[in-house]
Formats: sequence, structure tokens, C-alpha cells
Amino acid sequence: MLRYALRRIGGLIPTLLVIITASFCIVRLAPGGPFDQEQTLTPAVRANLDHLYGLDQPLTVQYAHYLRGLLHGDFGPSLSQRDFTVTELIAQGLPVSISVGLLAILLALCIGIPAGMAGAIWRNHGPDHALTTFAALAVALPSFVTGPLLALVFGLGLHWLPVAGWEHGAPRYLVLPVLTLALPVAAYLARLTRASLLEVLRSPWIRSARARGLGGTRVLWRHALRPALLPAVSYLGPALAYVVTGSLVVETVFGLPGTGRYLVQGAIDRDYPLVMGMIVVYGALLLLFNLLADLLYGWLDPRVRHE
Amino acid sequence: MAGSIRACGMSEVAGSARGRRWGGAAPRLALVVLALIALLAVLGPLCSPWSFDRLDWQHLALPPGDIAAHWLGTDRLGRDLFVRTLYGVRLSLLISVLASLISLVVGVAWGAVAGFAGGRTDEWMMRFVDVLYSLPYLFIVIILTTLFRRGSIGVLLVAIGAVGWLTTARIVRGETLALKRREFIEAARALGLSPAAILVRHIVPNLLGPVAVYATLTIPQMIIFESFLSFLGLGVQEPHASLGNLINVGAQEMQSAPWMLLVPASFLVILLACLNLLGDALRDALDPHER
Repeated sequence: MLRYALRRIGGLIPTLLVIITASFCIVRLAPGGPFDQEQTLTPAVRANLDHLYGLDQPLTVQYAHYLRGLLHGDFGPSLSQRDFTVTELIAQGLPVSISVGLLAILLALCIGIPAGMAGAIWRNHGPDHALTTFAALAVALPSFVTGPLLALVFGLGLHWLPVAGWEHGAPRYLVLPVLTLALPVAAYLARLTRASLLEVLRSPWIRSARARGLGGTRVLWRHALRPALLPAVSYLGPALAYVVTGSLVVETVFGLPGTGRYLVQGAIDRDYPLVMGMIVVYGALLLLFNLLADLLYGWLDPRVRHE
Repeated sequence: MAGSIRACGMSEVAGSARGRRWGGAAPRLALVVLALIALLAVLGPLCSPWSFDRLDWQHLALPPGDIAAHWLGTDRLGRDLFVRTLYGVRLSLLISVLASLISLVVGVAWGAVAGFAGGRTDEWMMRFVDVLYSLPYLFIVIILTTLFRRGSIGVLLVAIGAVGWLTTARIVRGETLALKRREFIEAARALGLSPAAILVRHIVPNLLGPVAVYATLTIPQMIIFESFLSFLGLGVQEPHASLGNLINVGAQEMQSAPWMLLVPASFLVILLACLNLLGDALRDALDPHER
């Protein structure tokens, strides 16, 4: 297990380097710069600005400088939000984004897996029909539709929850954003779990467990559940990617002070260091989460780690 | 009669709860609703005296229900919401179909060449796809939209198509690997056809059927994608309307004018629900073993 883990961690670093290099190239090759504004700057001012931020250096020098900064946790200065470094901006917003995202994934796991199990156990009965229909709808709808609609119903209509805001992470303010993010993930997890549990329950080893005289509950918990969870576990990586992109929407809709809005705003302002910083941080997070999902998978399914 | 009994038996085997319960009525209904929406999107704006960007100063933020003036109300600037929403539906449908086509063409070309060439070429081409996969799609799209002018339809198409082709390329490569061991390819080679000719004349036509079906399945994703970008302000720009930027404005105004959110949102919900129902039915029909 340890060797498997080390091998997987070793594979992360080159991937991260590829992501950093590729996005550095694309961002720098894009036409237009951060200082293209309505009023054109005089050439002298422009040259000074470019010199201050190192934009007049050859690309290779800029790249080496950027990598050196990254190693020290320095993402450079933000070009659009003067007086802030990118590291400061990310350090302020990231805890918000991460806590909302992880809560959403936890909630999705707590709803989706039991729901999928229930669907498989009571297959083609009332609860299962309701579940499949609901799941189909929840998977189909994007978060920028469900978010405002939830806010409209529970915030403006019923007055149960605040429509938007953060208030230092007070639970009341977290419910709607977390629910919006969790809904499609939970629905997808429920579908996956239902399908794979149905398949596992038909397999020979379950039949042999039944033939040995084991009861239904015991077969379910001891023999069927663990292999049935594998697809759900391998979905965790894509689920995080979904939550990351969903966080852009949810932070806009519910006015959360997270990092999601920096990616879009940074791209619109051509704030190179900010966009790069967001890509590197999110890229690293995604890789890390995929790794955790892989390790969990290896733990659940011993066949994988001996390959 | 015999056909319907056989069809029932098939869905028994497939075990699709939904398919059995509605017995094929739902996909048919979805098709009718879709056709109606498409018809409305094309003809509806022609029936209304308003255009998508004309301002009506007498009726600012008018709620729906005023049959004489604006059927589904107006927005903050007095623009007709019925016309704007249908305009958005039309744009969304157009962009998603075109983007599916783009991703189909690129994906088939990439996947077929990789699968047919094999060896090191295959390895590097698919490694490239893997790397793009490992980035969340939004990063690529945001970078692409900033590369060029924001809001141009062409850029939007390229950006959306640029992500869609990855899965197509994987599927096509798999199919190509299976195809290239078949006898008729061997025969073509024995007849002295060049690899390029085999690829174009024998591999690609045999791939196109299943891959085209997959491409139609991706249309709802493309619609979500386009509206998502427009919602964030990276896609279709004002005064042009897309379901995404209409929902964005509606979400900001929902406290005082909930219809500004509800009108475009319900169109998007109906559109996506119908497309997904249809897609599921199509998939079940082609592959009864799935689920």
C-alpha cells in the first residue's frame, strides 16, 4: 500500500509542472495585456509599469522567476487589485471556497449513497421511481439555475434562509450554497450506487453467500456494499472538479467571498499572476483530491494496487 | 401488437424503471415539446411587434400577463422578455448544435488518426488528451475566451468545441483500434491502398454512426456550457440575449421582479429535461444492456 501511494505521489509532480508550463505559455501568448485601458498610457509610463512587473523580460526569464516564486509560495503581485499580492487574495478566499466545497461533497455522499442503496434494494417500487425521476432532474439542471431558484423559494418565498451573504460562515448562510453544489453530485452518486449495487447483487459471490445461508442484511453490509461503492469512489475526483467549477456560480449567486470570482474577473482584467495563481492552486487541489480518491480505491479494491 | 409486446419484454430485460413506467410515452412527449420550442424560437419573435433590443419606456419591469403589450413581461430596460428569451433559446440551440459538430469533426479526426497510427504517435496524441482532461474544462475555456475578443460567437464555438472533442476522440480511438483488425481493412491494405486512403474511405465511414449518436447526446451539455459561460459574463454579451445572461440578470433582480428569473429559467429547465429524456431513450434503444 505504501509503495503504491509513493508511486502515485511521484507521478503528481510532473503533471503539475505540465499544467503550470502550459497555462503560463497560453496566458502570456494571449493578445492584449493587463495595462490596455481606455486611455492609452504614455510610452514612458508603460515601459516603467512593464519593468516594475518584469513584463519586459524575455519569457524564459519570466518563467524561471515565476517558478522560483512558486517554490517560496509567492504567486507575484496582482495586477488588477493593486496593493494585494495574489498569495494574499488566495489566502483570504480559499478557506471559504474549500469549506463550502468539502461540505457539499460530504453532504452529497451522505445523501447520494444511502439514496442509491435504497433505490437498489426497493428496485422498481415507489421510492425508487421517485428517486430516479428526481435524480434525472437534478443531474440535468446546472447550478446556475438551481441556485437562484432555491434562493427564490427558500429565501424570498418562505423566508426560511437568507438569500445571500457570508457572515463569517454562519450555518444559516451556508445551507443554500452547499445544497446547490451538492444536489447534482448527490443525484449522480445515487445513480452510480444504485446501478453498481444492482450489478453486485447479481454476482456469483453474492449468490454463494446467500447459499451459505447468510441473511439479506448481512450479505448487503458485509459482502455487497464494499465492491458496490467503487464507482462512487472513482467519481470523487470528477465530483471535485464539478464542485470547483460550480463554486464560481455559487459564489456569484450567493455573494460568498471565495476565490471562484477571481478566476473569471482575473481573466477579464488580464491579471496574469492572478489567473496563473488560481490555475496552479486549483490544479494542485484537483490532483491531490484525485490522488486521495485513488488511494481510497486501492484500499477498497486490493486488485488495483498490485497491478 | 406483437411489436409492443416485444418492446415491453425488452424493457423488462433492460430493467429501466423509467422506461417501463412510461412505456415510451415520455420520449415522444419530449420530442413534441422540443419541436414546439424550436418552432416557437424561430417563429415566435416574428409574431411579436418587439425586437430583442428595442426599449419600451412606457413599460419598465412590467410583470407578465399584459396580453396587449408584453406577453411575458419586460426587463429593467423595458425590453420584451418573450422575444428575448426565445432569441436566447435560438442562440443556445444554434451554438450547441454547431459546437457538437465541431467537436465531432475534431474528435473523429484526432481519435481515428491516433488509433490507426498506433505506437508512439498514438501514445503521444492520447497523452495530450489526458493532460487536457486533467485540467478542469473551465480553465481552458476561460483562457480561450480571453485569448480573443469576448462575446464573439466564433470564439464561443471554438471554446465549447475545444472541450467536447476530448471524449469523442477517446471513443473514436477505441472503435478504430477494434476496426483496424477487421478483414476488410486487411483486404484494403492488400489491394495497395495508402494508409490515408484506408482511414478516409474505410475507417471513418464505419465510425460515424455510433459517434454521431454520441454527438447528439452531448447537445444538452453544450447548451449548459454556453449558458454557463454567458452567465459568468464570458459568453454572449448584452444587448444580445442568451439563456445564461438572462438568468444572470434575473438572479440579480429576483427580489423585485421574480419573472425575470422564472421565464428564462423555466425555458432552460424544459429544454434540458426534454433533451435528456430523449437522450436516455436513444441510449436505451441502441444499447439495451445499459442499466
